[in-house]
Amino acid sequence: MNASHLQALTTDHREEAMNPEVPFIQVEHLTKVFHPAKSRPLRLLPKKAANQGFVAVDDVSFQVQQGQIFVIMGLSGSGKSTIIRMLNRLIDVSDGSITVDGKDVRALAPAGLRAYRNQTINMVFQHFGLFPHKSLVHNVAFGLKVRGVDRETREAKAAEALALVGLGDRIHAMPDQLSGGMKQRVGLARALATDAEILLMDEPFSALDPLIRKDMQELLIKLQRNFKKTIVFVTHDLNEAMYLGDRIMVMKQGKSIQCGTAMDLLEAPADPYIEEFVAEVDRSKVVTAGMIVRPLDPSGAPPGDPDAGAVRVSDATVLNELLPIFAAGTERVEVVDQQGASVGHVTAEEVFTALSPKGYSNAS
Amino acid sequence: MRLDIGGWFESVIDWMLVNFAWFFDGAAWLVNQIVGGVEYVLIGLHPFLLIAVLAAAAAALTRSLGLTLFSAVAFLLIVSMGLWVESMSTLAVVLVSVLFSLAIGIPLGIWAALNSSVSAVVRPILDLMQAMPVFVYLIPAVFFFGVGRVPGIAATIVFSIPPAVRLTELGIRKLDAELLEAAMAFGAKKSLILKDVQLPLAFSSIMAGVNQVIMLALSMVVVAGLVGAGGLGGVVVQGVAQLDTARGFEGGLAVVILAVYLDRVTSGARSLGDVLRNRRIRKEQRAAAGTPAVAAVS
Repeated sequence: MNASHLQALTTDHREEAMNPEVPFIQVEHLTKVFHPAKSRPLRLLPKKAANQGFVAVDDVSFQVQQGQIFVIMGLSGSGKSTIIRMLNRLIDVSDGSITVDGKDVRALAPAGLRAYRNQTINMVFQHFGLFPHKSLVHNVAFGLKVRGVDRETREAKAAEALALVGLGDRIHAMPDQLSGGMKQRVGLARALATDAEILLMDEPFSALDPLIRKDMQELLIKLQRNFKKTIVFVTHDLNEAMYLGDRIMVMKQGKSIQCGTAMDLLEAPADPYIEEFVAEVDRSKVVTAGMIVRPLDPSGAPPGDPDAGAVRVSDATVLNELLPIFAAGTERVEVVDQQGASVGHVTAEEVFTALSPKGYSNAS
Repeated sequence: MRLDIGGWFESVIDWMLVNFAWFFDGAAWLVNQIVGGVEYVLIGLHPFLLIAVLAAAAAALTRSLGLTLFSAVAFLLIVSMGLWVESMSTLAVVLVSVLFSLAIGIPLGIWAALNSSVSAVVRPILDLMQAMPVFVYLIPAVFFFGVGRVPGIAATIVFSIPPAVRLTELGIRKLDAELLEAAMAFGAKKSLILKDVQLPLAFSSIMAGVNQVIMLALSMVVVAGLVGAGGLGGVVVQGVAQLDTARGFEGGLAVVILAVYLDRVTSGARSLGDVLRNRRIRKEQRAAAGTPAVAAVS
């Protein structure tokens, strides 16, 4: 009876967490000031001057819903890596609040912080952060070893995670036997093996060749379909941000200057800085059918469904891939979601409009 | 104005002599017992048997046929020069000194690597210990421990600790910051990070420190001959005192043989960690190759 009661409690808790109305990660007025090392010459300066630090993150607030990929985009020095490290407190917060799943992250004591890092929030690093003296399976099992899981279980779990990222046949290889892309697959597997709900990804694909990077982005999307992790992804590449992100926050000099969907940024850049970025974006590769689809008429399809036999595409299809379909003479395609249910139509005209840079559509 | 620093130092030493005589007597007795025990074994074994053991150790640690043959021939040369007992006595003193140096130096190096204040305090002390002319250590050591090999060992320990501390600290500190972040990001405790990440990756640097400690200890042992530590140092000092070129050269040659042997063998041990790891990995990979490979997804 006790056990079932407990289970009921956990289920309630899960349902509450799953509620899309309650943000899973809530960050408010987050600020980080780095103080220069207290070197001797500074001590001689007037007290005020010595106390002035460097503001790396300046009053940033955002929310991430469970199961979303939230991308923080910015150039180097914009504070994006600092933010991601404050989420798991690898860097201490100067001011503001971070709430994850209802818990105040700043208030965690050392033991609570270790448990939080181990069970709730894992991280993937730009330069992979693999332990060179451990084979892949032991690298991936590290989080579980920290948790105190017995050897056999954690190695089985690690092998499973490696199979998920396509390295199931190389679990005993050493990191230095792998290419960069493979190393980052291991980094990803290591973060998946612990079943943590949140993944922090700090420019995980920036060190990879463009083709490999594309592969890895696709792998991430594929894994995300199955696992529905809550991902905070840092990048300096807006194409990548738009391809992966459910929502994107653009940072500049420690401040958040716009936060919204890829379409929001494309259609209404908040300032010239973002406009400049957006001009560089290849719309055909980031705008998907799902973003521009016209919803079904709520009254339902008219009798004698005109779409019978129409081409159906997934809502994640980028417009680039729709072009050949329209070139072949199709007038409109039907868009379906991941479950295969129809969500609406896209016409050739709509595709051309979406691909046109902002401004041209107003002129016509 | 003359500051009587030397006088102050002397009065500190005098004060310690009066108040801690029991400690120095006890330490001297203990060290003598340990060195005596090691020496008893080294000298007690038949030289040929021990030479075979030493050559086998060289073979196991360096996997070099050349060095294995060299050690066998070189140690036989020592026997033929009639310096076997002196050499083994010196080896016993070196081994015991090194043991103490490492037992103090490696933990201190770890502490200094993890705590910058400790590092800031330890560094100038190490500088002093290394830069001070070695003979200077012998004077108070003789006061504390009397004449014989114990003051030699005490001076040798003080002289040879610095590289153990420095290279341990360096090995841990030079670790890639992202690896440390990765270990922390998975919630590992500091003790686990030390045991599982920092120390294994610092192993090669720590072993370089062990090698340096041994070489410094060996160089100090000859100097310790001046205070009657015996062994090869005694032979060399005797050669100098009697202007006996032949005796001095033979003693020196035996020191060189010990030095080359210990240096090569401990450098070999430096990569021992890699060798063992590779063997374990090969075993795992072979075991995995036995079972059908899991097909790669994607």
